[in-house]
Amino acid sequence: MRTDDLSSIILTLVTFAPLAGGLLLMLLPRRDRDIRIFALVISLLTFVLSLHLPVYFHRARTGFQYEIDRQWVSTPNIHYHMGVDGISLWLVVLTTFLTPLCVLISWQSIHERVKEFFILLLILETALIGVFTSLDLFLFYFFWESTLIPMALLIGIFGHERKVYAAVKFFMYTMIGSVFMLAAILWLYAHTGSFDFVVIREQIMSGAVVKFPAAAQWLFLGFFLAFAVKVPLFPFHTWLPDAHVEAPTAGSVLLAGVLLKMGTYGLLRFNLGLFPEQARRNAPWIMTLALIGIIYGALVAMVQPNLKKLVAYSSVSHLGFVVLGIFSFTQAGLSGAMFVMLAHGISTGGLFMLTGILHERRHTYEISEFGGLAAPMPVYAASYLVIVLASAGLPLLNGFIGEFLVLSGAFQDKAVYGILGATGVIWSSVYLLWMYQRVFYGKVTHPVNDSLRDMSGFEELAIWPCAAAALVMGVAPILWLGAIDPAVRAALTPFAQVVSRVVGP
Amino acid sequence: MVTFVPAFSHTLPQGADYVRILPEIVLSVFGMIVMVLEPLLDEKTGQKILGLIALVGTLAGIGATWFMAQSPGLAFWNMVQVDGFSVFFHILLIAIAAVVILSSYEYMAVQRIRAGEYYALILFGVVGMTLMSSAIELVLIFIALEISSISTYVLVGFRRHEAASAEASLKYFLLGSFATAFFLYGVALMFGATGSTNVDQIYGTLQAGPIPLLAFGAVAFMFVGLGFKVAAAPFHIWTPDVYEGAPAPIVGFMSTAPKAAAFAVLLRIVFAINMPGRPWLIWVSAALSMTLGNVGALVQNNVKRLLAYSSIAHAGYLLVAFAGAPGLGTSAAMFYSAAYAAMNLGAFAVVSHFANAGERYVTLEDYEGLGRSSPLLAAMLTIFLLSLIGIPMTGGFFAKFYVFSAAVKANLIWLTIIGVLNSGVGAYYYLRIIVMMYMRESPKEVPVTPVPFALGLALGTCLAATLYLGIFPSRVLQYTQGAAEQLVQEAPADIPRSAPVPALPASL
Repeated sequence: MRTDDLSSIILTLVTFAPLAGGLLLMLLPRRDRDIRIFALVISLLTFVLSLHLPVYFHRARTGFQYEIDRQWVSTPNIHYHMGVDGISLWLVVLTTFLTPLCVLISWQSIHERVKEFFILLLILETALIGVFTSLDLFLFYFFWESTLIPMALLIGIFGHERKVYAAVKFFMYTMIGSVFMLAAILWLYAHTGSFDFVVIREQIMSGAVVKFPAAAQWLFLGFFLAFAVKVPLFPFHTWLPDAHVEAPTAGSVLLAGVLLKMGTYGLLRFNLGLFPEQARRNAPWIMTLALIGIIYGALVAMVQPNLKKLVAYSSVSHLGFVVLGIFSFTQAGLSGAMFVMLAHGISTGGLFMLTGILHERRHTYEISEFGGLAAPMPVYAASYLVIVLASAGLPLLNGFIGEFLVLSGAFQDKAVYGILGATGVIWSSVYLLWMYQRVFYGKVTHPVNDSLRDMSGFEELAIWPCAAAALVMGVAPILWLGAIDPAVRAALTPFAQVVSRVVGP
Repeated sequence: MVTFVPAFSHTLPQGADYVRILPEIVLSVFGMIVMVLEPLLDEKTGQKILGLIALVGTLAGIGATWFMAQSPGLAFWNMVQVDGFSVFFHILLIAIAAVVILSSYEYMAVQRIRAGEYYALILFGVVGMTLMSSAIELVLIFIALEISSISTYVLVGFRRHEAASAEASLKYFLLGSFATAFFLYGVALMFGATGSTNVDQIYGTLQAGPIPLLAFGAVAFMFVGLGFKVAAAPFHIWTPDVYEGAPAPIVGFMSTAPKAAAFAVLLRIVFAINMPGRPWLIWVSAALSMTLGNVGALVQNNVKRLLAYSSIAHAGYLLVAFAGAPGLGTSAAMFYSAAYAAMNLGAFAVVSHFANAGERYVTLEDYEGLGRSSPLLAAMLTIFLLSLIGIPMTGGFFAKFYVFSAAVKANLIWLTIIGVLNSGVGAYYYLRIIVMMYMRESPKEVPVTPVPFALGLALGTCLAATLYLGIFPSRVLQYTQGAAEQLVQEAPADIPRSAPVPALPASL
């Protein structure tokens, strides 16, 4: 009984706990140490709260759980409707998992405007969780746009040399991309009288929406554009390297770890959920873009002289896998896409943190400035290796499972997709291992690097959970896939119907 | 031959008639008190007292509006109509005046402006504007428009030692009179076409028979006149110059109050006189305003000019609502007016405080490092700017959302796409100010005086309103929807209620 009570408000708690913490933080005096501790406590508390979700989640059940549905505004008919299924569940946990690590990694690297930094970080966390939990399209858009400001400010205030340029570019790209989604949402509301995802989906499936067939393609594109910019899918990716290189470490972690997933999550939830026929029809060119992204991202990553840019381009490549998996419309492909999202969040988040640690010490990201770091920083080198291998897709670490599933899904769809996608796996080990070799092996080429400090306690605290998660996810993926699979099956049912409608019963 | 008997020869005004213009009476009385007291008080203390009296006047005006709201109906021989719609605009306009008075309170001393007429003119201006929102007689609307305009012309020129201010005032006056003349010409044409100047009767005539060609011209002329007042393209050219020269609190005032009033008139005329071809006229004007406003603002370096262009763009967003269906469009426009007033007044209050004596600090560079030197002021300005962009949790977001929702509902997909794209582009220049405040370090120290109490109160009010409209829009939305439905239904229901259209005497 008690858990039932909690179940109905748990999503509200998880979503708004960071915001409440951020507001409280505004009232605290400017004592940096206390502020850091407070932010850590709040983010850990949120993480613990969010663990309620997977623990009490009914894995076998499809549909949304922990739902809460209250009217917010009567006309227009806006509801405060939240709920999670196997897809959004893990993204929420990923967000709450990464945020405490962001606090830890920023412990020493942020010394100016500490209060503002942590306030923005916590507000961002609320917005991110809200994106994954909202089931009302208005609410979704509300949170979606809310992520922009704290993220842009984090980049613009706490970033590096070209921070303003990067922040404004990030903001404008995503803002302009998402206004098309707004137009599409408004169209749906005008013709269904509801912003509720579940209601709209049912109306569309039953063919009750007038003029839908004529508009569907445009609506699909409206949503698609917003998400494609966020993913970022080639050719909308140009904001990403700038934003990443200039962002502070914690900003990069959340940007790569969670913000990009908003795009792929949106594709999965809305483009597939609301417009299955159009998704089918548009799949070939979208998959082509995804493949271009995989290969192009990997090739560009390979020639990057800048460590952080390399990781940024590797994100373009990895997210290409996710899109490839989603638009293969196979069980394996979708589950794999979900798994890549989580794995990428952990391993790329880890990579950004590790890169940030190096920047902390040398204030540069140039690979040529390093070399032979394994000698002065053995612990650092070891943890870097674990994360790099996870990112490159070594079996028994998390990257492998997702990529394997995605590729098998792509093969089922069309062999050529699978073959081209598989080359991405090769490229990724090339650029990652080559980078690792240049940075860590050999003799120390620059004398300054001889005296570099190894990781501090806070840094280890931030990195080891990532490494541990990468290992557990690689060894026991069933813990995650158990909840993902039913949700994916449910997401795929309309496609079976589409096929049966064409082929006949 | 039918003899023409004016309706008012039968009766004298009743008590209820006066109640229905009670806010106007109260505001006029307070305005006159300010005028009379001004020469009697000495210059130092007098300023504060006069400001206080004016403020009390606005509060009394809101109280009077509450009274007025208790007895809805027509007054003064069908010239004035009190309904949800006019009550809404009364409260909005008087609240705007209150906030402007609060934010001028210290500004006047800093700029060394004698304040007597200043406060009185604000009150008189508001009288005209509130009357515009409740008048349903074109000639009365014209008179109200003149009252509001003339007060504003003078207010614009109040920094009289500044050449820019005098230039602005003259420019505004010349172009404004020209625009009012257009409006009057439109009224005359409408009378020629329908034989009446009463909005309800005009509606009846136009509904009944074929629409005379003259009526199209009439609506177009009236639209030109009002389009000038709301700074809609292509009648917007005056805006940046006038906003740049006028005292900053007055810019806050004139970018919200007269606009809201003119929009109220437009709403009554546009939706009551439901002309065919109306959507196209507004479509073009809305698209132009949004685009020209936003593009113009991109290259501005003076914050007042930037906000001037932004106000052109916002007039465009508001016009989008006009192109929609009457009920939803009216309600969306009403909500937008309120949200826009809150955020724009707030933004101008910060700008006017920051400008300092002689309005020295108004370029973008002056805002460098403001986030560090006065964090609270910068945070407030940021929220107002975010609201102008249309970021969630602010009134601006909901307003825009609602307006575009109305447009989509009316199947204006292209206008919506132009609108949402514009709001995307528009984000850039507001962001520039935020960037300056937070992400740049200032090489020179720009002095920021501590925020005085009155201004703090004004800012607090705007902030609360902006956030309230963004997070709990329900109540205001319900009210606007109710008022809009009433307004839309009134028009047809009125035909039997009002006297049959008097035919023109043959001898004329």
